[in-house]
Amino acid sequence: MSYCRQEGKDRIIFVTKEDHEAPSNAELIADDPNDPYEEQGLILPNGDINWNCPCLGGMASGPCGSQFKEAFSCFHYSKEEVKGSECIDNFRNMQECMQRYPELYPQEEDKESTQAEASSSSVSAAPTEGSALPPETDSTPGTSTSESAVSSDSTSLVDNQTAS
Amino acid sequence: MLKCRTVWKKLAPLARASSTVCRQNVRRTGLTSRRIPACGPVAHMSTGPAGGGRENQLYILLVGAAGVGGALYTYRTVKGDSQRYQDRIDEISSRSYKRATAEPATSIKSESLAVDATETEVIPEPEPSLEPEAAPSLEPEAAPSQEPEAAPSPEEPSPPAPDAEVAAPETTELPPADEPVVEASPEESAEPAAVPVVEEEPLPPSELSPLTELLPAPVVESEPAAAESPAAEPTEPQPEVVAESGGPAPDSLKVPSHTPYLLIGGGTASFAAARSIRARDPGAKVLIVTDESDPPYMRPPLSKELWFSDDPGVTETLRFKQWNGKERSIYFQPPSFYINAEELNSAENGGVAILTGKKVVHMDVRGNKIKLDDDTEISYDKCLIATGGVPRNLQVIERAGEEVMKKTTLFRKIEDFKSLDKVSRNVKSITIIGGGFLGSELACALGRRSTEYDLEVVQMFPEKGNMGKVLPEYLSNWTTEKVKSEGVKVISEALVKSVVCKDDKLEIKLKDGRLVKTDHIVAAVGLEPNVDLAKSAGLEVDSDFGGFRVNAELQARSNIWVAGDAACFYDIRLGRRRVEHHDHAVVSGRLAGENMTGANKPYWHQSMFWSDLGPDVGYEAIGIVDSSLPTVGVFAKATAKDTPKAATEKSGTGIRSESETEETATSPVASLTLAPTAEQNKDEYGKGVIFYLRDKVVVGIILWNVFNRMPIARKIIKDGEEHADLNEVAKLFNIHDD
Repeated sequence: MSYCRQEGKDRIIFVTKEDHEAPSNAELIADDPNDPYEEQGLILPNGDINWNCPCLGGMASGPCGSQFKEAFSCFHYSKEEVKGSECIDNFRNMQECMQRYPELYPQEEDKESTQAEASSSSVSAAPTEGSALPPETDSTPGTSTSESAVSSDSTSLVDNQTAS
Repeated sequence: MLKCRTVWKKLAPLARASSTVCRQNVRRTGLTSRRIPACGPVAHMSTGPAGGGRENQLYILLVGAAGVGGALYTYRTVKGDSQRYQDRIDEISSRSYKRATAEPATSIKSESLAVDATETEVIPEPEPSLEPEAAPSLEPEAAPSQEPEAAPSPEEPSPPAPDAEVAAPETTELPPADEPVVEASPEESAEPAAVPVVEEEPLPPSELSPLTELLPAPVVESEPAAAESPAAEPTEPQPEVVAESGGPAPDSLKVPSHTPYLLIGGGTASFAAARSIRARDPGAKVLIVTDESDPPYMRPPLSKELWFSDDPGVTETLRFKQWNGKERSIYFQPPSFYINAEELNSAENGGVAILTGKKVVHMDVRGNKIKLDDDTEISYDKCLIATGGVPRNLQVIERAGEEVMKKTTLFRKIEDFKSLDKVSRNVKSITIIGGGFLGSELACALGRRSTEYDLEVVQMFPEKGNMGKVLPEYLSNWTTEKVKSEGVKVISEALVKSVVCKDDKLEIKLKDGRLVKTDHIVAAVGLEPNVDLAKSAGLEVDSDFGGFRVNAELQARSNIWVAGDAACFYDIRLGRRRVEHHDHAVVSGRLAGENMTGANKPYWHQSMFWSDLGPDVGYEAIGIVDSSLPTVGVFAKATAKDTPKAATEKSGTGIRSESETEETATSPVASLTLAPTAEQNKDEYGKGVIFYLRDKVVVGIILWNVFNRMPIARKIIKDGEEHADLNEVAKLFNIHDD
């Protein structure tokens, strides 16, 4: 049973779970998805990538930011059957750059070559799915878990490349 | 060329003659042969070559000239050394947080040894080709053409070292590649190679002291372009034949004279802006200037998480374990993220450089430049002022004298945390003056320690209860009880009248006569925004809220933006205000960065803030949360699951503003399985929502022990609608759910 009290200018209402079961009749204004003032997600309304998305952490702004942007843009606009297959060089550049800053981009130690390639491609794949990247120091371990499907495809692709 | 041939032709017989003469004299005197034949004029042999006397004189003249040239070169190198030493010392002291390695030391040692060698032997130094504007290549042997001529011309060979140094900042080659080059010709490349290496070591003073004694060591101001000759050059005995561009003034300590993006202040807002600029402007070069010695770090853990850490070395590592077990540092990025200030202009893909320990003292808006406390001038295209503020102090404490000030902490920075941590382990009683966010958080953190360390924690403030200016009275009183249960002695309605130091203890006298004896005081009585630059820059300061007055796009003047604690901005929805919270610094910094790169967006995304009062009480808030406004609070009963700890475990993040702004996916984690609290007294404010109203419109919302619902709260404030029944609005939050 809800219970109401007034203390001067302050009103206090206690409610039980049942009180709040009925759906609210409060009216909220519909959001305009193209509102330029609003914070945008990863992909802007016009299809471009929002490099300033908080979900990217500092990936686009760090020392390897330009390599990351190139690799990810290539991937994003890729129209190939296997998305991003023509972007191997970009990813390789990005990976090489990231290896120079192990503090910022912690690399997985085991299964070095394939894992590194997998993580670099999974890092790029992750943002497309809208899942957030925690801040830079956590990025690689955080994302590599969630993108196994995509990364295994690109891993096998990359393996073919390196093998040949 | 023909001249050369004639000279050579002339020299050849002379050389033969002199050597013959030499050999003959040597046989006579039995001395080892020396280059400068002192026996020249003595050998007046009748059978000598024709014109022997005059040719001898010419020979002596040429050799003498060579000697003088060599001596001059040595002199210049040595003089340059002392200057380089001085400049390097200056630069080291301003970049004290970089680590040192042994490599530059060894190369410097070999370099100074080589210099000593040149003093004793007058060897004609190979003449470098003087092209300071030459293509940047850090191959000092390549640059000087190494053709030792028998008679070096009296032209002043500019020391190859400054030449290579000119090239040094231009290059983007990695330091390891330079090391083999360094060893090969130590006197040339030791110093420039040492320069671009991030880790540096002060030159061993003993090796350079004999050199410094020789010459005055004018401290060279950092000079802008390498092409300028240093004005401090002493007059040479010989006129310099070739213009000395890039002379002994080392580029190693040159602060860039111009930067496209200049950020004044190295805190949260500045870092957020730097990130935003780099994301939006590819290859942007951003320079952060801060008077602190630390790179950008986040403040909230300094009064919360760091105090709850189990690690005894936490004051050094500054790492804290978030509730979900993940550890992170308070620094936004490790030092390797940032590039050196002197490399900024040459960095191919740009980067963020930090200049620590430098204060901006003057701003010339017309000329688009600022001046540092060491008189360096830096010009900019776009500038952000994110100077934050300084903690306020109580007048009674300031007037109380040195003894009292020594036992008082004004808490804001890392060093304050370190010193307070130390104090808390060594004293018996600490008093916190101030009942707001910082004071209450510190009181709870220290109260937690009070049982471990036999520490008395007192908190006093003029309001009736903790957070008295933020929470409505009933909630403030309830909160005060919670703070007391954390082990804090709360003295409310306390106005400090005087503070004296007696018998190494502080005595605080309150206006109502109460006396509090304590060992240490922490003053948490507000923040004074830092508007020192307003005068020189001619920027407006707000009289109501303090801080720089800026518009809705955070712009003060055409190329100047202000963000963070120091910005008094126009909020389209809520009116003009100044916000001193972490998330606001992030949001406003990011927005300022966007606008500096051409976005022209107003402040629209409301920032939020949060506070934890111990592990059981936590709240998130958004908008204007002022206890003087009428409020409507809708509460449910709290269970064990409604604590800040459980909230962060659920969301998988440690800092709640991250879980809001970075939209991390909630990962299901088993919530606490404590026994649910039984049906409490009706007045138990376990969890709920509190609406703050202004003219019947909701302008602020507190989510009390209810987490991960900030987007709904943000939406309600953004709409700015009048709602007839706020209970209906409260339903949107599902406060009974987890």
